[in-house]
Amino acid sequence: MSVLIIAEHDNATLKPATLHVVTAAQKIGGGIHILVAGQGVDGAAAAAAKVAGVAKVLKADHAAYANQLAENVAKLIVALAPNYSHVLAAATVNGKNIMPRAAALLDVQQISEISAVESPDTFVRPTYAGNALATVQSSDKIKLITVRATAFDIAPAEGGSAAIESAAAAGDAGLSKFIGQEVQKTERPELTSARVVVSGGRGMQSGDNFKLLEAVADKLNAAVGASRAAVDAGFVPNDYQVGQTGKIVAPELYIAVGISGAIQHLAGMKDSKVIVAINKDEDAPIFQVADYGLVADLFQAVPELTQALEKK
Amino acid sequence: MKVLVAVKRVVDANVKVRVKSDGTGVETQNVKMSMNPFCEIAVEEAVRLKEAGKATEIVAVSLGGASCAETIRTALAMGADRGIHVQTDVELQPLAVAKLLKAVVDKEQPGLCILGKQAIDDDSNQTGQMLSALLGWPQATYASKLVINGDNTANVTREVDGGLETIQVKTPFVMTTDLRLNEPRYASLPNIMKAKKKPIEALTPEALGVDPAPRLKTLKVVEPSKRSAGVKVKSAAELVDKLRNEAKVI
Ligand SMILES: Cc1cc2nc3c(=O)[nH]c(=O)nc-3n(C[C@H](O)[C@H](O)[C@H](O)COP(=O)(O)OP(=O)(O)OC[C@H]3O[C@@H](n4cnc5c(N)ncnc54)[C@H](O)[C@@H]3O)c2cc1C
Repeated sequence: MSVLIIAEHDNATLKPATLHVVTAAQKIGGGIHILVAGQGVDGAAAAAAKVAGVAKVLKADHAAYANQLAENVAKLIVALAPNYSHVLAAATVNGKNIMPRAAALLDVQQISEISAVESPDTFVRPTYAGNALATVQSSDKIKLITVRATAFDIAPAEGGSAAIESAAAAGDAGLSKFIGQEVQKTERPELTSARVVVSGGRGMQSGDNFKLLEAVADKLNAAVGASRAAVDAGFVPNDYQVGQTGKIVAPELYIAVGISGAIQHLAGMKDSKVIVAINKDEDAPIFQVADYGLVADLFQAVPELTQALEKK
Repeated sequence: MKVLVAVKRVVDANVKVRVKSDGTGVETQNVKMSMNPFCEIAVEEAVRLKEAGKATEIVAVSLGGASCAETIRTALAMGADRGIHVQTDVELQPLAVAKLLKAVVDKEQPGLCILGKQAIDDDSNQTGQMLSALLGWPQATYASKLVINGDNTANVTREVDGGLETIQVKTPFVMTTDLRLNEPRYASLPNIMKAKKKPIEALTPEALGVDPAPRLKTLKVVEPSKRSAGVKVKSAAELVDKLRNEAKVI
């Protein structure tokens, strides 16, 4: 048995999501290899080689992988997969985009977003917005799996010294090309790996009012998130969305402000360690999952929270 | 250009699902069923393409038991021209759906297939990617904007982890929808009446030459452990005190 992990990275660094996948791979058992496909990936490959428990790093450095186009990366995975019993990727947008393409080409029924490993062929995965946990057994020879990062502990980034080998590039499929991106640079921690997340909903009323949450986030070194309603209303960009169809987060502390607590939102944050809700409606469903609830008008409570955090 | 949209019948998004006590799945008897919201967005996008003169015909396909015909009727009422119902009572998993859709695409030869990015019941997020793989077509997933260019290409803006990204794909291609692509319309009463007369062709996996047998065996389904409501605090100051001294998270 051996496991190939498809790295989530930005060429220079390895994303924390990959370290969570390493823990999932350890639960499956067998040797662990990491594939770093991209362009100019020396930094990310070196980081992957240092991860404790990794036996080998495969580096596929080619223009075809520069922007993680699924058609090209899936081709590479298909070429490598026969050497492994399992191929794993984090259930990031990238992993979700690429893995099913590779799975179909290998005639494999992928297992999406596992939250536990029961045995090398049996896994638990959330369905129905996390309201039903299904235990599924795969009969496929190679298992292709995406992993819910928040369900597995982070593996140590240091302690390993794996060999780095070059993998033969599988070429450009010539089906699609990257045109450009609109990515917001932020000094804040990433939403999915932040220790504290402060999220706003429709109750924020405008994008401008998110400044109130940013003030809290500054005090706590937190990431800022949002409900779908806040994203749909244009208050904040799409990548802020937490939920069933957005990002899954499980920070130490999640502060939900002006968010009602629809099942689709809860699906993305109910595994947080401590949940705080600030809402003026005392019957809002968010209070049913909150450890600490504050029934208040957010426009008064949030500035007060910022002030209280200033006092030691 | 002909557009093919796939539509799935699912438990309505507003239903709080209940896990069956025997652990075999979730309760779907006497539960409100609807078209998967992402499939509604797919149908809407196809209808807008037709209204803009970019699409000539819209074919709505659903796979599954008899009641899927209702979901196809909904798509027809929104503006699809005709339906295809691949009838089977076998549990369909994404790979089987992709194989069945590929067989339909081989027959229909559309220039674009639009699917939802995920179905809100199974949450697998696989079928569109698998269909494009089997067809050898480009895939444009998580779309928030579609522009069909004149030169057999299209530009698709995608919702990705860091924000938005735009790719250019050759036609034919498969696109999957994200929430911000459009806001689906409600079917008007006259259009619901008209939809009753639109044709739905019935097919079977056997006729399409596809073995739809599931590859994953569901051993059990359980409810997740519930969080219980905590305490209400009276002020922001009390909240900070609790977070510091009781929960010790800040
Ligand atoms: C297919 C599908 C996918 C979805 N995916 C997601 C997802 O991934 N993530 C997600 O979040 N949602 C998702 N949703 C949407 C979800 O169902 C809810 O509509 C959404 O979460 C509601 O957002 P909200 O809580 O901000 O808004 P609302 O439900 O409108 O709640 C606003 C809250 O703010 C409170 N409020 C208002 N003013 C104040 C004030 N001054 N002070 C204090 N409190 C105030 C109100 O009391 C209310 O509770 C999805 C829905 C569908 C159908």
